[in-house]
Amino acid sequence: MINCKQATRLMSEELDRPLKWQEKAALSTHNAMCVYCRNYRKHMAFMREAARRFREGVTEQGD
Amino acid sequence: MSEHSPPGSRIDWSGPSIESIRRDMLRFAQMQLRDAATAEDMVQEALVAAMNSEHGFAGRSAIKTWLFAILRNKIVDHIRRNAREISRSDLAAQDEDGDDGMDALFNRKMMWSSGYWNHEDGPATWSNPDEVLSQKQFWTIFDACVNHLPEKLARIYMMREMLELETDEICRELGISKNNCWVILHRARLGLRECLEDNWFKGAAR
Repeated sequence: MINCKQATRLMSEELDRPLKWQEKAALSTHNAMCVYCRNYRKHMAFMREAARRFREGVTEQGD
Repeated sequence: MSEHSPPGSRIDWSGPSIESIRRDMLRFAQMQLRDAATAEDMVQEALVAAMNSEHGFAGRSAIKTWLFAILRNKIVDHIRRNAREISRSDLAAQDEDGDDGMDALFNRKMMWSSGYWNHEDGPATWSNPDEVLSQKQFWTIFDACVNHLPEKLARIYMMREMLELETDEICRELGISKNNCWVILHRARLGLRECLEDNWFKGAAR
């Protein structure tokens, strides 16, 4: 069983490289039981979207 | 900067909307480069390049998006040319798996207890994330949170997320191991997430 610290690391790395199937399995097993880490993953997706908008200069309504 | 628009130009290069985009471009470039003079040069180069290739702007995207894409390429070229000036030893000195980098960031509290989130620090539900991205005040916080990260973390995070470089290239340019690169990105994301939660999502309900 992986803990939250290990899970967050995998949730960062999945943004940078494809995870191995064993890693995916460990992560989904952990997240099924951990609401904090499920939130964490949503936050990672949100931050990636924010970075995309920032990079494209789309940071305000009406842009 | 030339104040003249080329003949037949559809873009008013000396108008207020370009001026306002230029200010945003400067802010973006300064954030990436942490050097006002270089940032100014990059924005200048990007605007001149854009003006000379206006026919390349098909109007498919907003002018601002187009200009930001050109600026992004200028900054990436600059980083590629100058990567070796960024102190490699400095970046590589970080312990690969230690928590030293995070201690400074989280010295005010313990995030984990034996590898699990502490209840008071566990990631909360963020409300209305989609609306947040169109709120001006959010971007001020976002900007501040990125700048608040330790410099090495911010630099690599921005190369990855704002300049969209692959980690392979970041490692190569900076002469650090892939594992080190992933650890640094992970720490940057932990730190940024924490900062956004504390200063936006958890703060005054918006």
